[in-house]
Amino acid sequence: MIKLIIDGVEVEVPPEYTLLQACEQAGAEIPRFCFHERLSIAGNCRMCLVELKGSPKPVASCAWGVRDCRPGPNGEAPVVNTKTPMVRKAREGVMEFLLINHPLDCPICDQGGECDLQDQAMAYGVDSTRFQENKRAVEDKYLGALVKTSMNRCIQCTRCVRFATEVAGVAELGATGRGEDMEITSYLEQALSSELQGNVVDLCPVGALTSKPYAFAARPWELNKTESIDVMDAVGSAIRVDTRGREVMRILPRINEAVNEEWISDKTRHVVDGLRTQRLDEPYVRENGRLRPASWSEAFAAIAAKVKGTSPGRIGAIAGDLAAVEEMFALKELLARLGSKNIDARQDGAMLDPANGRASYIFNPTIAGIEEADGLMIIGANPRKEAPVLNARIRKRWRTGNLKIGLIGEKADLTYDYAYLGAGPETLATFADHAPAKLERQIWLIGQGMLARPDGAALLALAAKAAFSVGAIQDGWNGFGVLHTAASRVGALDIGFVPGAGGLTAAEMASAGKLDVVFLLGADEIDIAPGAFSVYIGTHGDRGAHRADVILPGAAYPEKSGIYVNTEGRVQMAARAAFPPGDAREDWAILRALSDVLGHKLPYDSLGMLRQVLFQAYPHLMRVDQIEAGNPADIERLAGRAGSSGAPTKAPFLSPVEDFYLTNPIARASAVMAECSALAERAAASATAAE
Amino acid sequence: MSVRRLAPDDVQPKAFAFTAENVAWANQQIAKYPEGRQASAVILLLWKAQEQAGGWLPQKAIELVAEMLGMPRIRVLEVATFYTMFNLAPVGKYYVQLCGTTPCVLRGAEDLKTVCQKRIGEQGHVTADGNFSWLEVECLGACVNAPMVQINYDFYEDLTPESLNKVLDEMAAGRVPPPGPQNGRQLSAPLGGLTSLNSPGLYDSRPSNAGAALSDADAKKPGAAANVTESPIPKPPVADASDPRQK
Repeated sequence: MIKLIIDGVEVEVPPEYTLLQACEQAGAEIPRFCFHERLSIAGNCRMCLVELKGSPKPVASCAWGVRDCRPGPNGEAPVVNTKTPMVRKAREGVMEFLLINHPLDCPICDQGGECDLQDQAMAYGVDSTRFQENKRAVEDKYLGALVKTSMNRCIQCTRCVRFATEVAGVAELGATGRGEDMEITSYLEQALSSELQGNVVDLCPVGALTSKPYAFAARPWELNKTESIDVMDAVGSAIRVDTRGREVMRILPRINEAVNEEWISDKTRHVVDGLRTQRLDEPYVRENGRLRPASWSEAFAAIAAKVKGTSPGRIGAIAGDLAAVEEMFALKELLARLGSKNIDARQDGAMLDPANGRASYIFNPTIAGIEEADGLMIIGANPRKEAPVLNARIRKRWRTGNLKIGLIGEKADLTYDYAYLGAGPETLATFADHAPAKLERQIWLIGQGMLARPDGAALLALAAKAAFSVGAIQDGWNGFGVLHTAASRVGALDIGFVPGAGGLTAAEMASAGKLDVVFLLGADEIDIAPGAFSVYIGTHGDRGAHRADVILPGAAYPEKSGIYVNTEGRVQMAARAAFPPGDAREDWAILRALSDVLGHKLPYDSLGMLRQVLFQAYPHLMRVDQIEAGNPADIERLAGRAGSSGAPTKAPFLSPVEDFYLTNPIARASAVMAECSALAERAAASATAAE
Repeated sequence: MSVRRLAPDDVQPKAFAFTAENVAWANQQIAKYPEGRQASAVILLLWKAQEQAGGWLPQKAIELVAEMLGMPRIRVLEVATFYTMFNLAPVGKYYVQLCGTTPCVLRGAEDLKTVCQKRIGEQGHVTADGNFSWLEVECLGACVNAPMVQINYDFYEDLTPESLNKVLDEMAAGRVPPPGPQNGRQLSAPLGGLTSLNSPGLYDSRPSNAGAALSDADAKKPGAAANVTESPIPKPPVADASDPRQK
């Protein structure tokens, strides 16, 4: 520990601290533009100048280590001042320089109201400039569908360049030219290819990089901010939903060190316009082959008429990827009351079974635990497409060195180097009786590409056995991690939303002639064969609604409060930020009302009552933001079954996410996502043409 | 200085590849750096590419260098746009870099600019025959021979509009005039012969000679004149000072 005197306050800080960190610990506020906690230090904006006694000039505190501070002549602790006239003058000078070329277009700038430069100019600047020349003009750059540029405003902090290179892992942004002519651009203005590019908008301390879809849409002070949870992938990133009136205007990340740090994927951020289009806002009933708008009572009557004449064994329910735990619980209870065991949430046919224990289907090492790992085996997954934020965490760990990464499955650019071991089950089988690896903390990342296939159960057991034999599961470290792609999946498995004894799986329910009535709770990734009477409870006119015989309009994720359990088994609660459109209702309420019409009334009249029942049955769901740890013995049991549940086929593992931007009905309704998808496709096509 | 962009597509060659000789040279240079630090050779390779491409860097050359060094293209573009000695657009066979910094301006660089403008055209413009282009640059470190220009790798110094015209005429005719001062000076010695240190005895190294320069044995007195140095005895000016290559 090093002792410092900052503004007369004595503090002790670790020797690896920078002066800026030390000053913050002492309670001093240091303005900054280029410095960012999660990026490398650039030291080029000079806004963080402080006075260091003994130094003839002010020093840039972000780039000055406390161990480089010289002690006084008699060995006194180094003295740092952050409030002296010298520091004030230095800051005013820096601010004057920064504003020399910064346009005064705050009234038309989207960053206005949440601009670091604006705020700091108010706090640390002066109200005039001595600069008489013209301001420079910089051409705006094209960076793709999501990032809008206004390069006159750029102050060359290079945060975006460092983010793209370090965190996103695509070295596509750079600073060309020098001095006054320095410009931020991508190579020949090609669109950025990262799934995390939206974050550069948050990082930009000025209005040079702003969100293209959100351009000129709203001012920050008009928005209501609701802290919530993302459902676009199974990571469960912490988000803030900004609404104006009934409309969701934008989605921003919140800091959650355990999950997403402060990044979110582009799908999470820019799916917003998908919440407005293709929405189901009133019930529909199919008559003579055509869907016609109906009232709720008409729709319920149509369902009741159909259900009454159907034997329980021919009724089923499939839950989709975006469903919250509450509504799945209500649906499960309703089906139980109807006497059916045909429930399933695994639209993709993933061979995960809650009967194997919680450890067999959650990401046991936890996302933050990736940073402690020294080995990573990726099996049948493309984390970059399935969970970009988790992939950024892997890359962060990889950049610090000493992380061995192996991949079994599809080759892909994951933004880090890995050893490609093989394509499918045969490679995995070679690890089943493998000598323990010389690694302390391995993670075996099991993707849905390995599980969502008929031999998935055998492969899961095989993977468990392999993880055991190489030593990924030890005392105090459970490296067996299943990476999910659906936000609802772990919650569904937690509440046992899987077929009961003798019940039908999702694939069986979807096939012809098995069911007479099927309830689809936002299940759009599965095709129901003709024949069954399909009741679709959901938000968007997507596959499920096109096939449906009765449509009951539900609430999308920002329009309801709900519990989601992320891939690591973390229980998180999403908050309601807006209201569902038109006659649409929250899904649990629809199920509750429907149950009454069907003569099997569910015993809760409010979400609170529902949760009470839910928590009684599954107490761990009550512990929000916590993980109910899996028991490693579950995996050991699973490993013991390897070989007994049939031999796996030799088909190679394929990633379940073909198009990152179009994985769910909300994303498919979004024009922005469609544009991103087209851009990515074009980039991929030109890359293959160049090869 | 101005914003530097790659040349427009219509002047960009469709492909660029190093000659076998240059590939061998490049590999030699890359091998100088430790494993994982190959990017250090970027300036060397870009320079070689510029030489091979006739004095400028085509887009394909930048991409080739990026590929050879395993660098993202934008990183190579950053280097190529940062250093003004990398030309991003075609230059003439004789590429005139005219010094426009203070000493040269005081000695008449503005007149030389007019000459260039008249003979060659605007800065960065290549003459129709492809022979000439010119650019005003910052100090080239030959202030004592101001004003001066650099043409390809040679300095032409002590220029007047007439002598610059003469140099350019020669070049247009396909002859390369001898570089160096164009006014008869030897290197940077005084034009009209020595004005000081001109006593013949100075060039006589015999110790008995009166008024000799200080030798190493003599202690320098405190407060001695600044022009009293202990440099080696200078050689007398040669008869023909116009040829710098004469020793």
